[in-house]
Amino acid sequence: MTEGTLSRALLAAMLLFAPQVTLAQIPVPPLKSRVTDLTGTLNSGQRAALEQKLAAFEAKKGSQIAVLAVPTTQPETIEQYSIRVAEQWKLGRKGVDDGVLLLVAMKDRAVRIEVGYGLEGALPDAIAKRIVEEYIIPRFKQGDFNGGIGAGVERIVRVIEGEALPQPSKARGPASPLSGFESLLLIGFLLVFVIGGVLRATLGRIAGSGVVGAIAGLIVWAAVGSLLAAVIIAILLFILSLFGGVASPRGGGRYGGWSSGGGGGFSGGGGGFGGGGASGRW
Amino acid sequence: MIKRLFSIGLLASAVLLSGCGYNTLQSTDEQIKAGWAEVINQYQRRTDLVPNLVETVKGFAAQEQQVLLGVTNARAKVGAIQATPELINDPQAFARFQAAQGELSSALSRLLVVIERYPELKSDANFRDLQAQLEGTENRIAVARNRYIKAVQQYNVVVRQFPSNLTAMLFDFKEKPQFTVEDEKAIARPPKVDFGKPAVPAPAPAPAK
Repeated sequence: MTEGTLSRALLAAMLLFAPQVTLAQIPVPPLKSRVTDLTGTLNSGQRAALEQKLAAFEAKKGSQIAVLAVPTTQPETIEQYSIRVAEQWKLGRKGVDDGVLLLVAMKDRAVRIEVGYGLEGALPDAIAKRIVEEYIIPRFKQGDFNGGIGAGVERIVRVIEGEALPQPSKARGPASPLSGFESLLLIGFLLVFVIGGVLRATLGRIAGSGVVGAIAGLIVWAAVGSLLAAVIIAILLFILSLFGGVASPRGGGRYGGWSSGGGGGFSGGGGGFGGGGASGRW
Repeated sequence: MIKRLFSIGLLASAVLLSGCGYNTLQSTDEQIKAGWAEVINQYQRRTDLVPNLVETVKGFAAQEQQVLLGVTNARAKVGAIQATPELINDPQAFARFQAAQGELSSALSRLLVVIERYPELKSDANFRDLQAQLEGTENRIAVARNRYIKAVQQYNVVVRQFPSNLTAMLFDFKEKPQFTVEDEKAIARPPKVDFGKPAVPAPAPAPAK
């Protein structure tokens, strides 16, 4: 009987404090590299080795795996924190959703494998749980954190290797994040609105538009190699630029959003997560 | 001159349409639908797991009939409710759906409490896999519900805010029901642990993970 009232009081207290507690969430660290250790558990050599392994795997298979070690996820559970990290980091390729996050909360003595949508078939919850309990936790219990993380990553890599995934694209990486078509479009807009505006102002409407069309045609011819496409684009841009002058060089400010991604470091590819995976405690 | 007027008109109508919230209503409504589909999907996944789980537990703990029966009944109730996408437009059906799912949640957590007394069951590989799947599914449900809640929040704000509320009225966009905090009643009620019938050596721990 006393137990009943006690648990009731406890639950009431939890309910009372729940909204305040959720305010002080641990922030998600920025994604700069594949291995983010905020606890100083791994030394730089171990971190570099792990990073290299993960980078090589992404180059080969296309899937992005990242490791994050934090001191604690309190007041959130490791699951709640993990999905927030996954949502922010967007590991895995867009559309393929083949990202995996290995999260370790040192003080909470908790570890979680968060699996992207696209890998829920290759790495279902039961398999993730086994990796956690059979490969990671036994080593963690002995204080071998590098070994546990390494073994866990190794198993994850092996499981994903057996899965048929789309080929990794060579274009990804330091190059422009825009696809060929998108960058052509961007150049087209720039031509019409910026250079076109200047040319129209100096050469007059028709001559200026003609020059814009000619330049666009030449670029397309050089890029695509098809004369027909070049002529079509040239005429299209000539017309656009002829009448597009009304809207004038206004659209400039909108290109700000394009140049995300990029940067020297590592960034997520836009993969989605839905809470799949498994956690364990040691 | 005409061209200029025409383009200004086009721009004005675009601004007006987006300013009145029509587009936001459309996109948030669509987001809710997708979010709700995912919620149903994950609940269904849990419902599908239950028979397997019950069978496995029966093999080791057949004497826990009451708890097992509770799970089976709760699952039957969930199965009786047609979880359609239209459910979100009917607050009553939505509440019923939520109540049934909540009942299954508490029945399952009672089962997991009982299981603590059976070390053999806990070390069974098949059961461990099932448990991992159940845990994963519960987590997916939590994530899906969270995303749905956020989508509904966004939508309801648009529906109620001026001036988009006028658009909402005009096009018959109604507020959507929101999930309550995992059924306040269920939280307020302490977990029922049967100390009455079988003389159990140690009291079972609270259903903490």
